[in-house]
Amino acid sequence: MKKAWLAVAMALVLVLGACGSNKGGEASSSPKSGGDASGGSPSASTSPSASASAGKLFIPIVSKGFQHQFWQAVKAGAEKAAAELNVEITFEGPETEQQVDKQLEMLQVALDKKPSAIGFAALDSQASIPLLQKAKDAGIPVIAFDSGVDSDIPLATAATDNIAAAALAADKMAELIGGEGEVAMVVHDQTSRTGIDRENGFKNRIKEKYPKIKIVDIQYGGGDHLKSTDLAKTIMQAHPNLKGIFGSNEGSAIGVVNAVTEMKMDGKIVVIGYDSGKAQIDAIKSGKMAGAITQNPIGIGYETVKAAVAAIKGEKVEKNIDTGFFWYDKTNIDNPEIKAVLYE
Amino acid sequence: MKASIAAAGRPRIAIQSGLQQFMAFGSLILLIIVFSLASSSFFHFSNIVGILLSTAVTGVLALGSTFVIVTGGIDLSVGTVMTLSSVMTGVFITMWGWPIEVGIVGGLLTGALCGFISGTAVARLGIPPFIATLAMMMIAKGLSLVISGTKPVYFTNTPAFSKISLGSVLDIPNAVFIYFGAAIVGGILLSRTIVGRYNFAIGSNEEATRLSGVNVRFWKIVIYTITGLFTGLAGILMASRLNSAQPALGMGYELEAIAAVVIGGTSLSGGKGTIVGTVIGALIMSVLTNGLRILSVPQEWQTVVVGLVILLAVYVDILRRKKA
Repeated sequence: MKKAWLAVAMALVLVLGACGSNKGGEASSSPKSGGDASGGSPSASTSPSASASAGKLFIPIVSKGFQHQFWQAVKAGAEKAAAELNVEITFEGPETEQQVDKQLEMLQVALDKKPSAIGFAALDSQASIPLLQKAKDAGIPVIAFDSGVDSDIPLATAATDNIAAAALAADKMAELIGGEGEVAMVVHDQTSRTGIDRENGFKNRIKEKYPKIKIVDIQYGGGDHLKSTDLAKTIMQAHPNLKGIFGSNEGSAIGVVNAVTEMKMDGKIVVIGYDSGKAQIDAIKSGKMAGAITQNPIGIGYETVKAAVAAIKGEKVEKNIDTGFFWYDKTNIDNPEIKAVLYE
Repeated sequence: MKASIAAAGRPRIAIQSGLQQFMAFGSLILLIIVFSLASSSFFHFSNIVGILLSTAVTGVLALGSTFVIVTGGIDLSVGTVMTLSSVMTGVFITMWGWPIEVGIVGGLLTGALCGFISGTAVARLGIPPFIATLAMMMIAKGLSLVISGTKPVYFTNTPAFSKISLGSVLDIPNAVFIYFGAAIVGGILLSRTIVGRYNFAIGSNEEATRLSGVNVRFWKIVIYTITGLFTGLAGILMASRLNSAQPALGMGYELEAIAAVVIGGTSLSGGKGTIVGTVIGALIMSVLTNGLRILSVPQEWQTVVVGLVILLAVYVDILRRKKA
């Protein structure tokens, strides 16, 4: 009986991960709504039913997550638009980006509340189609954000062009290492859309435009800071002539910075990151990181709500809303335009 | 009576776990030789130090896990309790302005308190360890997010904090010394003290131990608290190395810790195990992942290989018990 423990333990822990986060995910929508990035609006704290009776439009937003600073910034943008347009929103998402089932449950609950429109960032574009069809049948406009859905149902998609953004990172890398040499990548994962797009965007641009640059290693750290640190160190160990490393999201980029620090290779390896956050901003200011690509998460949230309101009013909305991306480094980090899209 | 149980149990354990340890140690050496031959970048001072440093966090978690596993129990909460301890250390030092030393004690006590609660749930309320620590895993995960407001806590304004892990003597980071120091303390606790003796007795035959007059409930709580204390230390080492407490990390680390313990020859049915074995088990895990990475083995396959090693280790354990 006791012998079976390891097997049972391993299996149940996985199941458990899902259960554990259910609780967290649900609780997340209520507390802490106003305390982040750029001061969310307090209107989000009133209950939907109360506002519905007051005749306010109600737009639930189902995101891919909530605990990362990126999603908190999307939320802040959505709340900003909600305050300006005087609509009611909720913002929630599962705890990890693998919990497709949990996200669908959240979408179902959102639909059951008979919303005026829905904002949705699909974790799995196929899996969500039946529910989106239900929304369509009920006449509820759907606005996709962050990543698209393989369907015509969403009236608009507000997202970053991750492939183009990662290609810009590749251009910057080529420029900073003088157009030749060995580089490596630490990617957050190899199955999600953003992971795949950023990996390919960077890799393909190097292949197409910079024949003298060789990508010697690509490793996946799950966005885990500690794991990314260890694997970036191993990459540096295995490739002593390495000139640069690209980290594809916040956790990966910070891991690379830590690795360079621990190997005492500051200034000898060009580090390019992705996204924002306090640690990345500090690393750029101190010169440990050459620069990074930032998306415009606040803009993503803002445009999602704006498009939803337009759709409710029957106005025409643009199918693809490119919310843009920016390269930031020491020279422009304090520009107002850049400051507006960075988040700590 | 108490003494005789302990004394009777020990020689047999010593011989068996000695064999297992020898095999584990042999595998470690073999791995090192194979990787050194396969790649010239493996057996470098800086890479070896890198392996030791990357073992420190999960290694300390594994040390703690050894204690509960020897009782025949398990602690699934060590990954998230580690995170909670790191978040609390951050709160103590950066928000409440406690001196670093006091903040560290606070972080250790956070881990110990979680272990104490799990232990009480197991020993006093009779909740199976699997369930009790499962609950603690979720509680700690949720609390980390609530307390941190889902944001990382940075130690930027207390530069001395990162020295705990990354300060170095002779180019070897402090975290490595702390890891081996913790292993020595753990080894003494498990093999030379009354806690260790009762731990083995409980793991071998809980009922007999209870009948011989040992306060099993009390000692179980002590043992889970010790596990918690090591977990708190792992949290501090991690926060120090990342110079921040990351509230969303930690899930999954418990499985790596359990794997290290199992590879090191500690039996999941309890009653057998050594700290030296766990140290070797943790090193095997890191050497394996480091070596495979240096050889640029695709990451999917790295995971498969580690899984196979765990299977093999448990199978060896089963064979050994059949013979015994």
